Amino acid sequence: MADDTRTETIRRIVDLHRASPGAMLPILHAIQEQLGWVPADAVPVIAAALSRSRAEVHGVISFYPHFRTRPPGRHVVQICRAESCRAVGAEALEAHARSSLGIDFDHTTGDGAVTLEAVYCLGNCACSPAIRVDDEIVGRVDGARFDALIAELRDAEAEA
Amino acid sequence: MSPLPGRPKAGSLPLGGVERGFRGACSAPAERAGCAEPALCAHSAKGAPVSTRVFVPIDSAALSLGADRVARAIADEAGRRGADVTLVRNGSRGMFWLEPLVEVDTPAGRIAYGPVKAEDVAGLFAAGFLAGGAHPLALGRVDAMPWLAGQQRLTFARVGLTDPLSIDDYRAHEGFAGLARAIALSGAEIVKEMTDSGLRGRGGAAFPTGIKWRTVLDTAAPEKYVVCNADEGDSGTFSDRMLMEGDPYCLIEGMAIAGVAVGASRGYIYLRSEYPHAFGMLQAAIARARAAGYLGADVMGSGKAFELEVRIGAGAYICGEETAMLESLEGKRGVVRAKPPLPAISGLFGAPTVINNVMSFASVPVILARGAAFYRDYGSGRSRGTLPFQLAGNLKRTGLVERAFGLTLRELLYDYGGGSASGRPIRAVQVGGPLGAYVPESQFDVPLDYEAYVAIGAMVGHGGLVAFDDTVDMAHMARYAMEFCAIESCGKCTPCRIGSTRGVEVIDRIIAGEARGRNLALLDSLCDTMLAGSLCALGGMTPYPVQSALKHFPEDFGLIPDQDKQAAA
Repeated sequence: MADDTRTETIRRIVDLHRASPGAMLPILHAIQEQLGWVPADAVPVIAAALSRSRAEVHGVISFYPHFRTRPPGRHVVQICRAESCRAVGAEALEAHARSSLGIDFDHTTGDGAVTLEAVYCLGNCACSPAIRVDDEIVGRVDGARFDALIAELRDAEAEA
Repeated sequence: MSPLPGRPKAGSLPLGGVERGFRGACSAPAERAGCAEPALCAHSAKGAPVSTRVFVPIDSAALSLGADRVARAIADEAGRRGADVTLVRNGSRGMFWLEPLVEVDTPAGRIAYGPVKAEDVAGLFAAGFLAGGAHPLALGRVDAMPWLAGQQRLTFARVGLTDPLSIDDYRAHEGFAGLARAIALSGAEIVKEMTDSGLRGRGGAAFPTGIKWRTVLDTAAPEKYVVCNADEGDSGTFSDRMLMEGDPYCLIEGMAIAGVAVGASRGYIYLRSEYPHAFGMLQAAIARARAAGYLGADVMGSGKAFELEVRIGAGAYICGEETAMLESLEGKRGVVRAKPPLPAISGLFGAPTVINNVMSFASVPVILARGAAFYRDYGSGRSRGTLPFQLAGNLKRTGLVERAFGLTLRELLYDYGGGSASGRPIRAVQVGGPLGAYVPESQFDVPLDYEAYVAIGAMVGHGGLVAFDDTVDMAHMARYAMEFCAIESCGKCTPCRIGSTRGVEVIDRIIAGEARGRNLALLDSLCDTMLAGSLCALGGMTPYPVQSALKHFPEDFGLIPDQDKQAAA
C-alpha cells in the first residue's frame, strides 16, 4: 500500500473512533484489521488525536501482544502453549510446527504465507491441542493435521 | 464499534468447507431476503408445514471439529433428496467428545447423533435420522443422556437448546423474565435479591456479588458503569465463551439488570481477542436486543437507559485482572491499579463500576426470575448455587458440567470425564486456571466448594479442571507457571515482575540438582515474597501451582519426600 493511502486510512480510522471514550484500543484494532499491523507512522496521528504523548501510544502498542509492528504473513497461525493443550501434546506440536515451517514464533515463512505466533489459551481446552488459523479455531491438532492445514492454506493460495 | 480482531482476510479459509462468515447473523427479521447462506440459515424453510429441525452447533469448539462442514453436508444432502430440513445453528451441549453433535427434533424429543463427520451425513439420511432412525452414531434422546441428565443447569439452561440469536426462542425459555421483574423493583430490592441468593463472583475471587452491587448503588455519582469481564484467559476454562456463543441474551439480560439495579446507563463487555466467534455473536445479539427494546434509551419501557458495547482486549492475560481491565478500557497499558479505591467506588473513568465475570452476570437472570431462595437452595456451605465446571486436558470426555457446589473432583474426572484420554492414571489436576494449585489423587474426594478448597491450599476459581496423566513432569509444569507469570506480568510490582523470572531460574537449578537444599529454601522464600508482596493475583498466586507441585510431587524435582523435608528444615 502506498504511504499516502496508508496515512489516509489511518486518519480516517482515527477520526471515526476518536470521540468514543477510551478510543485507543478500538483505533489500534481497526488499524490492524485494515492493514494487518500497526505501522510506526500511526503513532503520531493517534497521539495528536487523543492528546496523548507518542511515548504513551507506543507504550500501549508494545504492551499488548496482539498488536504487530511488522507486517505479518498472509496467514497467521497461533499455537496454544497453555496447560490444557500441554496436557495432551502441545509441546510436541509446537516443536513440530517450528521445524516443519522452519521458523520460530513471531517469524514469517520465506514465501510470506504464514506467520507463526504463540497464544495462551483459545478457549478450546475441551478439544486440545488447539490452534488458530486466521479467525478459525481448530481442535485436536497433531503434527499431521497441522501439516495438512498448512498445505490447505498454500493450495488455496495457489488456486487463487 | 470495535473491529473484529485478527487480520483482514485475504481470502476465505478452506477449513470449514464453507465461506467463512458469521453464520449466526442470518436469522434477523429481515433475513429471508438478505441471508448470504440460505442453506445454512435457520429460517430458510420457515413456514413450510412439515419441516424437520436439525441442530448443528455453531460453538467455536464444535466449529473447530468441523461443524460447518457437517452443516453444509446436511443442507446439500437434504437438497439432493428433496427433504424439508430447517437447519438451526445452536450452542453446544458441552459434550465435546461427541462434537459435532447433531440433533433432530422428532415427536419423541430431540434425538442426538455424534460425533458426526461430513462423510457420515449421507448414511444418516439413509438410516432415516430425520425421524430419529437407528444408526451407529445415534445416542438417543439428548436430554436423557447420562452426562446431561444429572446436571443442574441454571446458568446453562438454554445453551445448546435454543437458537442463540432468536429472541423468540430466548423468551420462550424464560428469557427476559428476570429483567421484567427487576424493572418492577427498586434498586435496593434487586440488590437484596442478589445478596440473598448467595451468589459469589464466578470469575474466581468469589466475592459476594450483592455486596459489590450494594456499594455501587450507595455511591452517588452522575455516571456509573457496568463492566463484564469476558477476558477468560485461564487455560482449562471455556464456559464464558460457550455462554456468549450459545446464549448471548443471557449475559445481556444480566448486565441490564445490574444497570437497572445500581443506576448505571452504560455497560461494556471486555472480550478477549482470542474469541472471534463470541465477538460476532455478541455484536449481533446486542443489535437485536436494542432493536427489540431490551437495551437502549428505554429498557423494556422502564424509562431507564442501558447501552452496551463490546470492547476487544489484545492478548494480555493480565487484563483479566479487574483494574488492569479498566486501564485497558480507558485506552492505556493494562497495568494493575493499587486498591483502594475499589472499582465499585472509583472504577471505569473514575466512576462507580460494577465489574463481574460472564458467569456471574449470566447467573443473574435466573435469580431474578425465580427468586433468591431458588438459587440459594443449591450448593454447599457458603458456596451457594451452581458452578459450570469445565473438564479439559487429558480426559476421555471433556466438556461442561454445571452442578451445585459440593461434588468432588473424582466424580467429575471419572463419572463425567471417564478417566484420562490416554488410558493412563490421572496424576494431577490443575483446578481454577494457571494460578490454581495442582491437586493430587489423594485430594480428589475433597468437596468442591470455595472454603473446602482454600483449606487444602487450592482454589475453585472459575471452575476449570485440567487433567494430566502420569507422563506429566510436574517440575516442568512448575517452571511453566513461573514462565507464564514472567511473560504476562504487567510489570508494575517487583515481586511479580522480577520474582517470576528468578523463579524460573531457581527451578531450573533445582531440576539440574544444583545445591538443591539451598535453592529449595530460596524458592520457598521467593514464593512467600510473591504471595505477600504482589499487587494482584498474578504474582500473588503463581506460587500456588509451584508450591503444590513441589509439595505433592517432590520426586519430579529430583527429591524424595523425606529428603524434601530435610532440605526444607
